[in-house]
Amino acid sequence: MIERPHPRKGGAVPFSGLLWRLPWLRPVLLLTPPLAWFVVIYLASLVTLLVTAFWTTDPFTTQIVQYWNTDNFQRIFNEPVYHTIIGRTVGMAALVTVTDAALAFPFAYYMARIASRRAQTLLFAAVLLPLWASYLARVYAWILILSHDGLLNRSLQAIGLPPANIGYTNIAMWLVFSYIWLPFMIIPTYAALERVPESLLEAAGDLGARRSRAVRDVMLPLALPGIVAGSIFTFSLTLGDYITPILVGGAGSSLIGNVVYANVGIANNIPFAAALAMVPVAIMAVYLLIAQRLGAFEAL
Amino acid sequence: MKFGALAVAAMVMVVACGSSTNPNTGTPTQQPPTANMKPQTSIGSGEGQLNLIAWEGYVDPSWTTPFTQQTGCVVNAKYAGSSDEMVSLMKDGGGGQWDMVSASGDADLRLIYGGDVKPMNVNLIPDFQNFQTFFKAPPYNTINGVHYGVSLQWGPNTLLYSTKKFPNKPTSWSVIYDPANKGLVTVPDNPIQIADAALYLSKSQPKLGIKDPYELTKSQFDATVSLLTQQRQLVKLYWGLASDEINAFSNGDVVVGAAWPYQTIQLQQNNGAFADTIPQEGATGWGDTWMLATKAPHPNCAYLWDKWVSTPQVQAEQAISFGETPVNSKACAEMESLQAGSCAQYHADQTGTAYFNTIKFWKTPLATCDDGSQNCIPYDQWVSAWTTIKG
Repeated sequence: MIERPHPRKGGAVPFSGLLWRLPWLRPVLLLTPPLAWFVVIYLASLVTLLVTAFWTTDPFTTQIVQYWNTDNFQRIFNEPVYHTIIGRTVGMAALVTVTDAALAFPFAYYMARIASRRAQTLLFAAVLLPLWASYLARVYAWILILSHDGLLNRSLQAIGLPPANIGYTNIAMWLVFSYIWLPFMIIPTYAALERVPESLLEAAGDLGARRSRAVRDVMLPLALPGIVAGSIFTFSLTLGDYITPILVGGAGSSLIGNVVYANVGIANNIPFAAALAMVPVAIMAVYLLIAQRLGAFEAL
Repeated sequence: MKFGALAVAAMVMVVACGSSTNPNTGTPTQQPPTANMKPQTSIGSGEGQLNLIAWEGYVDPSWTTPFTQQTGCVVNAKYAGSSDEMVSLMKDGGGGQWDMVSASGDADLRLIYGGDVKPMNVNLIPDFQNFQTFFKAPPYNTINGVHYGVSLQWGPNTLLYSTKKFPNKPTSWSVIYDPANKGLVTVPDNPIQIADAALYLSKSQPKLGIKDPYELTKSQFDATVSLLTQQRQLVKLYWGLASDEINAFSNGDVVVGAAWPYQTIQLQQNNGAFADTIPQEGATGWGDTWMLATKAPHPNCAYLWDKWVSTPQVQAEQAISFGETPVNSKACAEMESLQAGSCAQYHADQTGTAYFNTIKFWKTPLATCDDGSQNCIPYDQWVSAWTTIKG
């Protein structure tokens, strides 16, 4: 005997009928899992970080004491060493971003608009190739290049120039960061440049603009959202990194990440590390607001 | 805005869970929390598992395999990268997960006063009676006669130098503070390095009155930090891993620095132009201890393990494989049979001698000085001073 459910008579209501009768149910069911994930994993961890920043630790056993205070933030605000470190970090992130943008634009331009299909594929592989190797291996390779007896100094001396001696300095850090994050700038810039219709450049040409003028006044503004999107990666990745400064930086190369790492790993002062970790969060929030104004999210 | 509201709601939840208490002043005038726990009086049969937190190289198959064969205890090790990682892993008495930790002297007192480790019965370790006297009850693991662990190995923090740059052996730590060596110096990236500078000042500026480099009053501490701040101009690299220092020396980036005997041995194996020394001011040193977690789930295997690693043979094997000095006085002969000359090379026969007496062993700096006053600078201030020094 087969019983047919009848929606109008109460009891078991078929699911599809329920969805039809309650139009808000479908988006709720669809959005609950990703939203719950977002709230629990992402926001809750950030909030925990923020809350921890207002606690303190027992100076001796280093266990967290839930005593509410703003000492951690006052320390960051009042001690000049943290201003230096935050300034150095933001400066480095900005410098790396500008360097990568300057390198990526011509490269992406060639890839997107000039190279043949075949060359394009090869260049793509070349851009992504470094990402196949471990981050650490690539940084260590740079130690070998930049060190005192390294490739750079030996090459310079071979052609009769004085050695550069930039191993274990902020210059080394800048070079390595720029190298490591370059693919993250090239790819969004390439994506943005590829989308610019050729007809716009032709129109510029018909109106008398030379190719260089057309690139500057037509192409660059249209590619800007892509460059800004790439800059989000290069800027935020530099802002949070602590491995490159340890390996290629010298004395006076600590970034925010190093101080956070030292406070968690060495001092076990998680509240202070949390307070300091809020600084890049705040910087990125401002950065993302500006990036949004510049249309970066349409290019992603 | 919606996310903002969610964040506020989540924050209220978290706040509701936590209660406000006053911060502990953190002075260890009181007894360690586990001081009255009675250690076991016999070793039962093993539980089949043993979970260790150790320095890399301390849990080597060449001595864990025979141990597992004999006792049935399977050894699971997690390697920690720093003393402080060990302290955070051992929180809450090891959390019922970890049995033992091979902690160094700079972490021991924090583990003891944190209640994370408990007293051990040294009578269950037959080789304990063969330990060199100092290591039976060193101040970093024994308090009021209660042993919070059993000593394992030790080593000095030496002055490593390039023999090309220094044909004559440097006799003082002053070389790493000398502007003549600008850009050629390396020191460990570790706040306990402040003690090295304090040790140097205790001899070069006796007026400061530094007696113990781990117990510094405000004025002594400030003088030490100011020396290290000047040193920063000379430092090429604050090294994190031993391999980073080896690279910097072998690539010629630095010519002098503070190191462990391990680095010297590695560098000499590649190319002989390096040597180390303990200068006239003496040196700091580390002493490692196997400590038993308060909530150790496999205490019998833990005691069996400690018995095993204290035997002369395992002591010698570990000393040679890591480049450090055993605490068991009977290990010397074993070392000689494994590698001729190694006993003298690691000074395993020299405890109680002038060499040994120059070494000030790492211990956690506390606010309480030896005389009971509260005038000393505690470790958390060492850490923030270290951040300031490195800038």
